[in-house]
Amino acid sequence: MNFWVYLINGISLGSVYAIIALGYTMVYGIAKMLNFAHGDVIMIGCYIVFLTMTRYGLHPVLSVLLSILFCTLLGITIEKIAYKPLRRALPLAVLITAIGVSYFLQNMALLVFGADTKSFSNVITVPGITLADGALKISGTTIVTVVACIIIMALLLLFINKTKAGQAMLAVSEDKDAAQLMGVNVNATISLTFAIGSGLAAIAGVLFCSAYPTLTPYTGSMPGIKAFTAAVFGGIGSIPGAFIGGILLGIIEILGRAYISSQLSDAIVFAVLIVVLLVKPTGILGKKMHEKV
Amino acid sequence: MAKVSLKRLQKGKTGEKGSRDKFITLLLVVAVYGIVQLLVKTGHVSSLIQGLLVPMCVYSLVAIGLNLCVGFLGELSLGHAGFMCVGAFTGAFVSKVLRDSIGNDLVLFLVALLAGVAMAALFGFLIAIPVLRLKGDYLAIVTLAFGEIIKNIINVLYIAKDSNGYHAAFSDAKSMQLDEESTVWLINGAKGINRIANLSNFTIGIVLILLALIIVYNLVDSRSGRAIMAIRDNRIAAESVGLPITQYKLMTFTLSAAIAGAGGVLYAHNLSTVTATPTNFGYNMSILILVFVVLGGIGSLRGSMIAAVLLTLLPEVLRGMKDYRMLIYSIVLIAMMLFNWAPKSIAFRKQLAAKWKKQKTQEEA
Repeated sequence: MNFWVYLINGISLGSVYAIIALGYTMVYGIAKMLNFAHGDVIMIGCYIVFLTMTRYGLHPVLSVLLSILFCTLLGITIEKIAYKPLRRALPLAVLITAIGVSYFLQNMALLVFGADTKSFSNVITVPGITLADGALKISGTTIVTVVACIIIMALLLLFINKTKAGQAMLAVSEDKDAAQLMGVNVNATISLTFAIGSGLAAIAGVLFCSAYPTLTPYTGSMPGIKAFTAAVFGGIGSIPGAFIGGILLGIIEILGRAYISSQLSDAIVFAVLIVVLLVKPTGILGKKMHEKV
Repeated sequence: MAKVSLKRLQKGKTGEKGSRDKFITLLLVVAVYGIVQLLVKTGHVSSLIQGLLVPMCVYSLVAIGLNLCVGFLGELSLGHAGFMCVGAFTGAFVSKVLRDSIGNDLVLFLVALLAGVAMAALFGFLIAIPVLRLKGDYLAIVTLAFGEIIKNIINVLYIAKDSNGYHAAFSDAKSMQLDEESTVWLINGAKGINRIANLSNFTIGIVLILLALIIVYNLVDSRSGRAIMAIRDNRIAAESVGLPITQYKLMTFTLSAAIAGAGGVLYAHNLSTVTATPTNFGYNMSILILVFVVLGGIGSLRGSMIAAVLLTLLPEVLRGMKDYRMLIYSIVLIAMMLFNWAPKSIAFRKQLAAKWKKQKTQEEA
């Protein structure tokens, strides 16, 4: 029965990774850049929820909405100031700038919110359910996390495949110049992608901190890296890939921690990633890239 | 668009071109060494900065190693902190074991250095075999993963010596059944290696940097070096003229890891205790070194060293501003990247340079 508990925990953690990975993968698909600051947007989102709830006593739902709004604006601002000028520069230069933004957000949080660890109170008040005569308890947090993840993925797929803005995103990710010639507003599309990605980061942050309630300025970086790993794992640029990669990564991490070694859980996650990439170099659902001579 | 970026890429990657330019870089290192020694002797260098001299050498060394990989091989690695970690732990382990049998400090350091470099090279080689099949961001994330795995494994590695000889264990220290009284810890899991002989100094650091520079410059100028750069610039073309791609890639990556390992050995012998934490050997360190390489100019070893020195100094210079120093550091980093790489800023700088040139010719006329 323990196995099922671990599995459910794994799916729950994996759902959080999946939501973060969706943001990563969308931004990567459009801007072809690794947004290293994505993890830190999560952290900022958590702080906003924490502050608005504890200091100003806002209703949890209201404060989560506020946090999503703030992170969306933050994502757009970061893109405008730091990434847009480098749009046609070397990918490595953009990567380093993203790292700079990540440092900036961490240190800004350190200054504004302080270095002490905040204990995040769970914002989710949904009651849990008990299965199999009390042997298997599923907490409300887990239910909300998994359901949120599935809803978000479904909405994203609908948005991309059925709306004009979504189609524009696909076009830009396929070929920026051609999309521009066809009348797509490339800058607005990229901004929109960053907005959606950052908004998702805020949701993921709240869910992550509800499950692991310690909040410091460095909270976001490890889940950020793991989620990026998940995105690569599933095939970067692919939305279902990010979902599958995230869930699998969460399950592997929790099962590895439970059955092999708690200290080595990160190593196990990364080892699995390496094996998958060696067998399938573009990830589980990645597109095969053709080489042009 | 592809053509423009390729041109810029090559411009950034040629760095030091002629052999004279390379010689100047070597001279520059020697000159800096002389000036710093003079300043230290006359007491113009604060103890804080003196304490930074060896770390600067360490970062410069690892940056040279990474630049070989990123600039000349054209493969982005985010795992060089892992090789540094391997070098640091192997070197510290060897020097601790052999400390009683080798009296001479310099010989002891050399033995530790050889061991650390060899081990880092071995790891680099083993990792390169599977990893170099991948490309671009996939390669970057897998090297990052390897770095994290190395750090993680060292944190659960226990080696100790007691009256019954050497014992080693993985993740479970109790299973070694040590004789408590005579136990000497060599590697104590997350507590790392303690009481390491302080064998590093600024002179050794500079000598290692010079050695690394000479090796890399010679490689780049050789037939193999040209082959490596041909692979970087156009893999398919290089393959079609019969260059053994895998062999060259393996060789370069291994050398790059070995240099990072040397940096690790230097790093470990500058501290009394070395532990593998996220801050010193995690992906953050790999990224920091990548920052040196990119900021200094990809493919320019001199630039990497200058960036390593400046960015190591910057937080210390800003120490007076306490809480704000890392914030300023990050802003400076972003600003420098925008200034260096934004197409608009490049055009603006060219315009400025052209204006200046025009004025100069007018004055001469």
